[in-house]
Amino acid sequence: MLESFFHMAKSIAELQDIAKRVRRDIVEMIAAAKSGHPGGSLSAVEIVVELYFNHMRIDPANPKWADRDRFLLSKGHAAPVLYSVMAERGYADTPKDKLNTLRQFGSVFQGHPDRRFIPSLEASTGSLGQGLSLGLGMALGARLDARPSRFFVMMGDGEIQEGQIWEAAMAAAFHKVDNLVAIVDYNRIQLDGFVSDIMEIAPVAEKWRQFGWHTLEIDGHDFAAIEGALAEAAATKGKPTCIVAHTVKGKGVSFMENNPKFHGVAPTQDELKLALQELK
Amino acid sequence: MPAKTKNTKFEIKLGAATREAFGRTLVELGRENKDVVVVDADLSKSTMTTYFAKEFPDRFFSCGIAESNMVGVGAGLAMVGKIPFVASFSVFVVNKGFEQMRIGAAYGRSNLKVVGTHSGISIGEDGPSQMSVEEIGLACSLAGFVVMAPADENSTKALVRAAAAYDGPVFIRTGRPKAPVVYGADQKFKIGKAIEVAAGRDITLIANGLLVAQALLAADVLEAEGVSARVIDMHTVKPLDREAIGRAAAETGAIVVAEEHLVDGGLGVRVAQAVAETNPCVMEFVGIHDRYAESGNPDEMLEKYGLVARDIAAAARKALARKR
Repeated sequence: MLESFFHMAKSIAELQDIAKRVRRDIVEMIAAAKSGHPGGSLSAVEIVVELYFNHMRIDPANPKWADRDRFLLSKGHAAPVLYSVMAERGYADTPKDKLNTLRQFGSVFQGHPDRRFIPSLEASTGSLGQGLSLGLGMALGARLDARPSRFFVMMGDGEIQEGQIWEAAMAAAFHKVDNLVAIVDYNRIQLDGFVSDIMEIAPVAEKWRQFGWHTLEIDGHDFAAIEGALAEAAATKGKPTCIVAHTVKGKGVSFMENNPKFHGVAPTQDELKLALQELK
Repeated sequence: MPAKTKNTKFEIKLGAATREAFGRTLVELGRENKDVVVVDADLSKSTMTTYFAKEFPDRFFSCGIAESNMVGVGAGLAMVGKIPFVASFSVFVVNKGFEQMRIGAAYGRSNLKVVGTHSGISIGEDGPSQMSVEEIGLACSLAGFVVMAPADENSTKALVRAAAAYDGPVFIRTGRPKAPVVYGADQKFKIGKAIEVAAGRDITLIANGLLVAQALLAADVLEAEGVSARVIDMHTVKPLDREAIGRAAAETGAIVVAEEHLVDGGLGVRVAQAVAETNPCVMEFVGIHDRYAESGNPDEMLEKYGLVARDIAAAARKALARKR
């Protein structure tokens, strides 16, 4: 049962190859759907790939294995990155050949992650601000049962404007849950524009530290840095870890990078062609 | 044995508050099943989860005054196989945790148990900011939720146990004051199955929570006037016992629904829907009408806001007049 995670340990080159395929999937899926959120999907690629291919103790052939690690995409609008990575990782309920049915009637690839359609998902998300509380509850439950499971919650930077995130942040530190890792995808753009113009959240790392979290700041596109941060989180006892991942919204597609327009707009067919050329 | 028969009058005998029965039952459940856990938002001494906290400190999770997070944490615990009870005053846990109930338990499908205490206006002195008169409507609007409002100590005990055994999200409404005893300890309860607490053929009084006892008193008043009133305890508001309602409508031809809740969106409208879909008959509604209550003792509240036996009997007379 455990084989499929023991064999992992991918090289950085292999991970980068996977990341490139995932980026191609993302733009293709969203272009086919004619709606969706490319920017925040592309900014999260390396982190999600690293978790699923190199870090989490999971077994796609046995997705309900009780002692597995779990990933919660609290920023549910980045569903395409999760769908593509899960498909790439071989989960039976995320068929790779159906990725381009994203958001279409009858597709398991719903607009936001939906456990009713993909049971391997750990949570149905999409209403921002809630994933950290769910992850905290899971982490407390696993600790109670002395399970080895670890819990990874990815949030958007705009998402941490939600008050519930800070309720959960306070509670996680209070309960000393060291099997919980929060990851902030700090790409600096939210729906209406730049985060600093909509509602400033800086200094992000300092806020998490003040809330009692072991906090790291990394380049969220650097596999070695992500790997190092996740290892440091695993070694950190007595407190939860927050990884503030500095990322680029729309990463990998020049005209999407740092462009607020591509928070929630699909590329046209011409734009898709350009994007795929850049992602060769 | 029904609470009231033709030859016996219903008498108010106060038992434990339903919140107290909830707290005691939780401890029993904790002893029986190590997966039962509790999440609190700084009200354990009021919701009575404090008993559980004392006996099972490792399975009691304090969230501080943060109900949204509390409900989310509860849903997360459910997702790793626990049977979490999250509790606060109804007005806080449902209003501030509604979105989390929706995403984490209803749409997100988890085995979360939400218990609201200090429901209705019978909390008394604290006033409207602490009173909950909307939560039945809110909870019923969440797809897949079971919603219950037990009348007394024994029914609370049984229904809390039923909630723990049931696989799926549940909301239970309990109250602050001591509740009149309606049931003996041997009464059996089933989620979704109403209980006829008094037989009758001229009209049916359907109630839940504290209003069950008031409906029984009203039935005695009506009996003295020659009216035979059936009384039904609709302890489960969702799923509703449509069979019992349809039968009551057909057999008695008039229904009064009484609840300590806004008449907009509570038990009454749900019963009316079932009546409309089965055997339409005249109906009257006793509840809170588009306003907020105030400070005072619980009896003064129920009295002033029209939630006592006298009000139910008056509504019954009105319905009977329309029936003829």
